Amino acid sequence: MTTINIPVQSVSAPPRPDGRARKARSIYPSWFYIPAIALYVVFFAVPTFASFYFSLTRWSLFDATFIGFDNFVTFFQNPQLFNGFIHTFEYGFVTSGAKVVLGLALALLLTSPVIGRGYLRAVVFFPVLVSTIGVGFVFKSLLDPFHGVVNAVLGVLHLPQPGWFTDPNMALWTIAGVDVWKGVGIATLIFMAGIVAIPQEYIEAARMDGASSWRLFRSVILPLSRPAMGTVIILSLIGGLRSFDIIWATTNGGPGFASDVIASVIYKQYQAGFFGLSTAGNVILFLVVTAIMVPVSRFINRREVEL
Amino acid sequence: MRRGLIVGAAVAVAALALAGCSAGGGTSNGKVTISYLVDNAPLTTATTKTFVAAFEKAYPNITVKVESRAQGADGDNIVKTKLATGSMDDVFQYNSGSQIQGDHPDQTLVDLSGEAWAKDVTKDFKASVAGTKKGAVYGAPWGTTFAGGIMYNTKVYDKLGLKVPTTWDEFISNSQKIKAAGIAPILQTFGDTWTSQLFVLADFANINAKDANWAADYTANKSDAKYAKQPGLLGFQYTSEVFQKGLVNDDYASLTNANGLKDLAAGTAAQYPMITIVISTLKQSNPDQVNDIGYFAIPTSDGSAPHMTIWEPNALYIPKSTTGAKLDAAKKLLAFANSSKGCEIQASAQLVTGPFSTTACKLPSDVLPLVKDEQKYQDAGNTGSALEFLSPIKGPNLEKILIQVATGQATAAQGAALYDQDVKAQAQQLGIKGW
Repeated sequence: MTTINIPVQSVSAPPRPDGRARKARSIYPSWFYIPAIALYVVFFAVPTFASFYFSLTRWSLFDATFIGFDNFVTFFQNPQLFNGFIHTFEYGFVTSGAKVVLGLALALLLTSPVIGRGYLRAVVFFPVLVSTIGVGFVFKSLLDPFHGVVNAVLGVLHLPQPGWFTDPNMALWTIAGVDVWKGVGIATLIFMAGIVAIPQEYIEAARMDGASSWRLFRSVILPLSRPAMGTVIILSLIGGLRSFDIIWATTNGGPGFASDVIASVIYKQYQAGFFGLSTAGNVILFLVVTAIMVPVSRFINRREVEL
Repeated sequence: MRRGLIVGAAVAVAALALAGCSAGGGTSNGKVTISYLVDNAPLTTATTKTFVAAFEKAYPNITVKVESRAQGADGDNIVKTKLATGSMDDVFQYNSGSQIQGDHPDQTLVDLSGEAWAKDVTKDFKASVAGTKKGAVYGAPWGTTFAGGIMYNTKVYDKLGLKVPTTWDEFISNSQKIKAAGIAPILQTFGDTWTSQLFVLADFANINAKDANWAADYTANKSDAKYAKQPGLLGFQYTSEVFQKGLVNDDYASLTNANGLKDLAAGTAAQYPMITIVISTLKQSNPDQVNDIGYFAIPTSDGSAPHMTIWEPNALYIPKSTTGAKLDAAKKLLAFANSSKGCEIQASAQLVTGPFSTTACKLPSDVLPLVKDEQKYQDAGNTGSALEFLSPIKGPNLEKILIQVATGQATAAQGAALYDQDVKAQAQQLGIKGW
C-alpha cells in the first residue's frame, strides 16, 4: 500500500507581493480598542499636553496669562527651587544604588540555607507593605533629637546624638535611609526571583571546577541576574527621582529647604497657588526622568544576557 | 457559573456608583442641614461644639454638621482648592486678611454687607474681609483680636529683677542675664514652622509708626518698601541675631508650639516671640500658670516707643456655592455668632486675648494679665494692624525662608532678598498692578 503524500494546503493567505509577512488576523475587531484608547487619551494624553501648555502661563485656575518660559527661568534661578532640583538627583541615585547593593546582598542571604529563612524573608519584605505616611510619622517620632527612642539609646551608649531630621546637612540622607529601609524588600524579592531562576547546572559546574563563593558570585550569579538587576535599577531610580510621600511625612522639605526635592517643590508651589510654576516643575520632572531613564533602560536591556 | 459572576460584578459596580453619590443634607419637611468647616485645633473643636449646640437649640429646624480640616499651610491649601472647585462646605471659618483675599473673594464668596450685624463691625475688620468690589464685606468676625510680640514669664523676670525692655539692646542684655541663670532666654519652636515668622511680622507696627505709607508703597512695588532694605530688614536681622548669639533653646529645631508654651509656663524658658492667641492653648495645658504670662511689643532699635502689632480675628464666610434654604440657614449662623448669645460663647468658650472686632460684643471684666498688658498699648495709642491686613500680598514661603535664617543656613540679607522675590511672585500671581 502506497502512502500518498497529500501536500497540505496552506490555510494562511498567499504571501504579500512586497515580501513582508502578513499580520495574523485577530478574531476581535479593532473597535475593542476604543474604550481603552478613550480612557488613555482623556486621563493621560490630554492632561500631559495641557500641562505643557499651562507650564508656559501664569495660571490661577480662573485665568491663564501666557508668559513664555518665565516659569522655567524662575525655577532655575530661584535658589530654593534649584536646590530641590539638585537634591532630587542626589536622593534618587543614592537610594537606587543602596537598594541595588543591599537588595542583592539580602537576596543572596535569603536564597541560601540559613536558619529562619522564611521569617527573615517576611521581616525584610514587611516594610514594603506598610503605608509610607505611617512610616514617615513613626520615624519622625523615633528619630526626634530630644525625645526619640533612637537618640535615647545612643545617649545610653555615650554615642553622639545627631539631629536626624533637624540638622540641615543630615535631613535628606536620613530620609534616604528610611526610604531604603522601606523599599529594599521589593529589590530583594526581584533579585531572589532572578537568582532562583539560574539553572542549577551552572552552579554545580562552577563548584565542580573549584570555584570559590566569591568567584561563583562574580562569574555566574551576577551576570545571570542582569535582567533582575535591570528591573531593580529602573524601578528604584524612577521611584527615587519622583519620591514625595516620605519626604513630606517626615520633614515637609525642611528644615527651611534643606530636604526639598522636585516633587515637594511642585507641591509647595501648588499650595502657594502658583499653579503655572507648579506645572512647569512637573514638566521639568517629566523631562528629567525621561532623559535619565530612556538611555539607562536601553543600556541595561542591550547588555542583557540571553539564557 | 461565569454568567453568575458577571451579574454579581455588575450589581457590585452599580451599588458602588450609587453609594458614591454624596449623601448631602437636603431640605425635607422644613429641616435644613448645613455643613460647617473648621480647623482641627483642640480649642477650635471644643468652642465649635459649644457654639453649634447653642445655635441648634435656638434654631431647632437647622442641623449643623461640623467638618474639620488641617491647620497651617495644608489647611490653606484645602480652603483654596475647595473654593476654586466650588466644593466648599456651606459655611467655613478661616483667617481674614491676605489669606482670604488671595482666594478671589469677589468670585467665590457671598457679600454680607447687607446683613443686620454688618454695621457694628469695626472699619479695620471690614478692610480685612474686603474684595475689589467697593463696600463688599465677605466675612463675619469670629473671636477677638490678638497681638504679636514677646510673651514672657513674669515670674522669671521678677526673680531675676528684670524690667520690660523698650530697646533691642535692653532685650538682648535681659536675654543674656536669663541665659546666665540657666533658663532658655528666647524660645523658637520650628516643629511648627509658622512660628518662625514672629520677629518679622510682629515688628510691622514699629515700621508703620515710622512710615505710615510703607504698606501702600510695598503693595505698589516701590523700591524703598522692600524687606532687603531698612526698616524691613530689621525683623530678619533680629531672627538671625538671636540664633547667632546662642540665645535660643537647644531644641529649637524640633520643639512644637504646644510644648514650647508648656516650657514658657513652667519657667524653663523666659521669652517667646508669639501671637497672644495661643494663650488659650496654654490655658488648656497649664491652667494654673496662665496668669504668669505677660506681653510686651517687639523693642525698637532707634529708641522710639515700641508699637503693638494687632491681628484681626478669624471670620466666618459663606461661599457662593451655598444657595436657597442652606444660604438662609448659613446667614442665620453668622447672625447668631454676632448676637449677644454668640458673643457670650466666644468670650467664655475661647479665652479673650484682645478687644473684639464688633461693638456687638463687650470685653468681660476678668481678663488675663496678658490682655491687660495689651490694653496698655491700646490706651497709649501705640498700635498698628499687621501687614497682612493692610496689603493683599504675602509671600507664601516666609516661614521656610525665616527657618533658613534662624538655623544659620542663610544670612538675614539673603533671606530678605529671597523673600522679596517670593513677594514678587505672589503679587504677579494675584495680578496686582505695578509688578
